[in-house]
Amino acid sequence: MRSVNLNFFYSQFQALHDINLEIESNKITALIGPSGCGKSTFLRTLNRINETIRGANYTGEILLDGVSVLSQDVTSLRRRVGMVFQKSNPFPKSIFDNIAYGPKVNGMTAKADLEVTVERSLRRSALWEEVKDKLQKPASALSGGQQQRLCIARAMAVEPEVLLLDEPCSALDPIATLKIEELLFSIKDSTTIVIVTHNMQQAARVADKTGFFMLGKLVEFDRTETIFKNPSKKETEDYVTGRFG
Amino acid sequence: MATRAQPAPIPITKPSTQMGDATARLGTMFFAGGILIITLIIVGVLMEKSWLTFSKFGFGFLSGTNWDPNNEQFASLPFVYGTLLTSFLALLIAVPLGVGAAIFLAELAPANISSVLTFLVELLAAVPSVIYGLLAIFTLVPFMRDYVEPGLAATLGFLPFFQGQIFGVGYLTAAIILAVMTFPFIISISREALLDVPRDQREAALALGATKWESVWDVVLPNARLGIIGSIFLGLARALGETMAVTMVIGNDPSIKASLFAPGYTIAAVIANEFAEASGNMHLSALVALAFVLFLLTMVINGAARLMLARTARKNA
Repeated sequence: MRSVNLNFFYSQFQALHDINLEIESNKITALIGPSGCGKSTFLRTLNRINETIRGANYTGEILLDGVSVLSQDVTSLRRRVGMVFQKSNPFPKSIFDNIAYGPKVNGMTAKADLEVTVERSLRRSALWEEVKDKLQKPASALSGGQQQRLCIARAMAVEPEVLLLDEPCSALDPIATLKIEELLFSIKDSTTIVIVTHNMQQAARVADKTGFFMLGKLVEFDRTETIFKNPSKKETEDYVTGRFG
Repeated sequence: MATRAQPAPIPITKPSTQMGDATARLGTMFFAGGILIITLIIVGVLMEKSWLTFSKFGFGFLSGTNWDPNNEQFASLPFVYGTLLTSFLALLIAVPLGVGAAIFLAELAPANISSVLTFLVELLAAVPSVIYGLLAIFTLVPFMRDYVEPGLAATLGFLPFFQGQIFGVGYLTAAIILAVMTFPFIISISREALLDVPRDQREAALALGATKWESVWDVVLPNARLGIIGSIFLGLARALGETMAVTMVIGNDPSIKASLFAPGYTIAAVIANEFAEASGNMHLSALVALAFVLFLLTMVINGAARLMLARTARKNA
């Protein structure tokens, strides 16, 4: 997945300036930067979910497998490019129905198929053992960390090629965070992952490549090790060493 | 730079005592207590003034069907029937239309259209019921008599609901005007409930590849269900107690008919019509007894609604 000369606007306000970024397949890409730097906006343009905001528009191109996302049917694009949000947002439905929703709206109707898919998704997100006896319970009965893993399982149930995560651990304790990071490693072989995070240790732990955003610009994009140990820009160094932000 | 005078240090104990809290507590308790007192007064007065009727007719007042003030025969069933029938029929019409319109205003309409329509809906909710009644007499009644009811009789006439003589006034006409009157409440409150659904719920559905409509139907609507159910019960409460407009179009005939074309009567309508000219103590007392029945009816329906809301809230908390 790739962005070319991407400029993004909320009405008059330009949130992103000329972003060129190539997201490598089956790798984990982290986006870091201070609040309001545009990293979430960038993430949300990749599956065109920002279109639902009034006044949002952009110039430039976003390509998935070399094809502009604008030329694709938006629902099938979003099936291919899944998303996990900052706050866990399970539907007010049972655990089973939460996971089954994605497959259902994408045409899976047979109950047996749905059962297999739900179990597989929950196993992949390491939630199966914890919830297998209460699949019909409301999702809201789960703990915060479990809810977020449920949301990842829900996103994974439609087998997206790319998974976008917008600060998925910001409301979680370190143990729940660790579980989610392990989960990311386990799905990485089949899924391209882009994660926005405020937690620089997290970026350093999980990401193959890291992009540093500031004031709507992509300041630096490189291998994670380079960004944290040997950044080429002064702003990046200041940020990752904690001198500001 | 000019130096400013230092303020005195903020005292650790407040200069005032706890008197403020105590006064506020007493004052608000008094107002809240007023609610209880008013309820008790209502029940007390209704019971006292209807005692004559209940002691004479007993349970027969509730189960009987004969309302004949000239011969001092009183019974409530035709009015209860008319009240419940018109109200539920009204909801049957108003709920799908109202919720549908709310979905359009909250989710699908462009912002400027939505705000104009919302303003109009709120205006409609404030129109006094006597105006709806006049509107109904001059436009709805002839329209029902000349077009709708003959049409229904011709197509669905094999059902007992759509048989018999057509007057224009009757259960169906009353139900439609009630539907028109409850409609703005349902739209306005359902719309608020839909708008209150968190953005991330919609986005979660869209991000899975749901279409706009799928996200509204499968996710936004279930999220807003408590508010929507609440709006329906508010509409029902208005329909049950509505007096003026119904009195003007229901036909005022205390009988129980299966046909929706037939003229009927509701509790509120008969009280409004006969109270001023009640022919004696017994007649007056019977009208108050009807009021008591209406009061109990709304209490029971409201209680059931609350129970149901609490259930759904618990189930999917």
